[in-house]
Amino acid sequence: MSTTLSQSHSSGGNPLGGDDTKRSPLARLQHLLHSQATIGPAAVLLVAIVVFAVLSPRFLTPGNISLILQQVAVIGTLAVGQTIVILTAGIDLSCGAIMVLTSIVMAKVAADTGLPGLPALLLGFLVGTLCGLLNGLLVTRLKLPPFIVTLGTLNVFFALNLWYSESATIRGTDMPSLLLWTGQTINLGGTRVTYGSIMMVVLVAAMAFALKNTAWGRHVYATGDDLEASRLSGIRTARVLLSVYATAGAVYALAAWVLIGRIASASPQAGQMDNLDSITAVVIGGTSLFGGRGAIVGSLIGALIVGVFRNGLALAGVDVLWQTLAVGVLIIVAVSLDQWIRKVKP
Amino acid sequence: MTTPVLQARGLVKRYGRVTALAGADLELLPGEILAVIGDNGAGKSSLIKALSGAVVPDEGEILVDGRPVSFSSPIDARDAGIETVHQSLAVSPSLDIAANLFLGRERRRRGVLGSVFRMLDRNGMRDEARRQLDALGIMTIQNPGQAVETLSGGQRQAVAVARAAAFGSRVVIMDEPTAALGVRESRAVLDLVLQVRERGLPVILISHNMPHVFEVADRIHIQRLGRRKAVVDPKTVSMSDAVAIMTGAMEPPGQFA
Repeated sequence: MSTTLSQSHSSGGNPLGGDDTKRSPLARLQHLLHSQATIGPAAVLLVAIVVFAVLSPRFLTPGNISLILQQVAVIGTLAVGQTIVILTAGIDLSCGAIMVLTSIVMAKVAADTGLPGLPALLLGFLVGTLCGLLNGLLVTRLKLPPFIVTLGTLNVFFALNLWYSESATIRGTDMPSLLLWTGQTINLGGTRVTYGSIMMVVLVAAMAFALKNTAWGRHVYATGDDLEASRLSGIRTARVLLSVYATAGAVYALAAWVLIGRIASASPQAGQMDNLDSITAVVIGGTSLFGGRGAIVGSLIGALIVGVFRNGLALAGVDVLWQTLAVGVLIIVAVSLDQWIRKVKP
Repeated sequence: MTTPVLQARGLVKRYGRVTALAGADLELLPGEILAVIGDNGAGKSSLIKALSGAVVPDEGEILVDGRPVSFSSPIDARDAGIETVHQSLAVSPSLDIAANLFLGRERRRRGVLGSVFRMLDRNGMRDEARRQLDALGIMTIQNPGQAVETLSGGQRQAVAVARAAAFGSRVVIMDEPTAALGVRESRAVLDLVLQVRERGLPVILISHNMPHVFEVADRIHIQRLGRRKAVVDPKTVSMSDAVAIMTGAMEPPGQFA
């Protein structure tokens, strides 16, 4: 495995051989973080949990853990789609708008027409995927920067959502129970966990598998790393980008389902800041905004860090504004760290 | 007469009002190293891009083993057995060596894991990468699981050459493989070029470096003003004469090639 990576000594006879320069502890840390992007966020999460557990006896109670997981489920799910987009050196500002639009579609179609839960859910997934596909087409065909594309579609999808919902919230009691299922809980070792939280964890595991173990996953990384090099290597980069944006759209539809369960209704005004919160989770989780580097698990950890910080600080009696300030500082620290890691010397 | 492995006839490529290729020809014979030299703007890059499928020529034809082909993407050229080491190397820095070697043609595991779960055969690809690096004498790269960005310029070049040599079944094209390298690294890469020929694969070598060209090439294709000006034998033509033909200071001796 990777044991020979840094301690190796080459004879020095072949200039194409490995280098054997001795590294300072700081440089070694840089190399470690460079090869394992999720170590940093995982350490931050652990420290935060320990600190908050010491500060407040209520922090590690099953009820509180359950609460954090519920609070994190929507952003964590959105962050899965956001991560694959950011891995391709893109960004998706429209993720929250797609989620809200699909949640309204799922709920309102069922409430208005009496469509059963499953077809309503599938219709939502179709809408989410098509929204993502539109983003992908604009990025690959018109070759517009993803920031601009998704800034535009954010407004388009949000307006469609207000138009279709007539700005009215759809109550949970008017929906089929399947749409609310994600908010129901099951008892796991004394902690009540929502199905939405479990779905998020399963989604993270499935996407992590796909990124790590399939050719598609490698092509996602390669495309984000260097688009032209990937094209010359025979990767159909436009197809990869399309698949990423469409998959992200489907993931946002899943987030919509989790959202409906979480707030027990479908509100056209929900999740206004969720696009930025998902980017926050991805960035704090160690995925680089410049593409090609990062991991899904990191984004889950990033979402948990934000959730733990907010919850822990609230339990410690800290005002909301300081919680927000803490998250802001975390973002800047995370991106600075990424910049430093990227400067790693061979 | 032997059929050229790769042949270009009358290639024309225009970019707006600029004509990069004005009816360029090229012949690559089996088992040879054909160097392509030319001044800036002579059309070397466009010629190579046409042969590797990166650009589609406006006119002219390309023949592989005497049969006409048409490349609309790098994938087509690759499928025809033509591998290219681009000047930019076309490697993905954050992926490891084995992943880069198999980039765009990953192998999947056998059975359900591969067909249903699309799982990559990581170990198989890693072993094969190791074999390829060993075969080219670059086994001092410690670990095929090492990220390419941790490698030096020469090592990255070696990875790109190994990829081309591993998958090229007919032709390997190398665009300025020593341009960014120091003396020792250049030496090692030139040895790699010779080893690729020893495997029986003909090589097209684009280079600005005359000593390198004269050291390894069997024939030298001199490109000038979008056309083939001459093909010379490095054993009979001096370096200064080749440069003179390249710059237009001298007409090629006799009939070319």
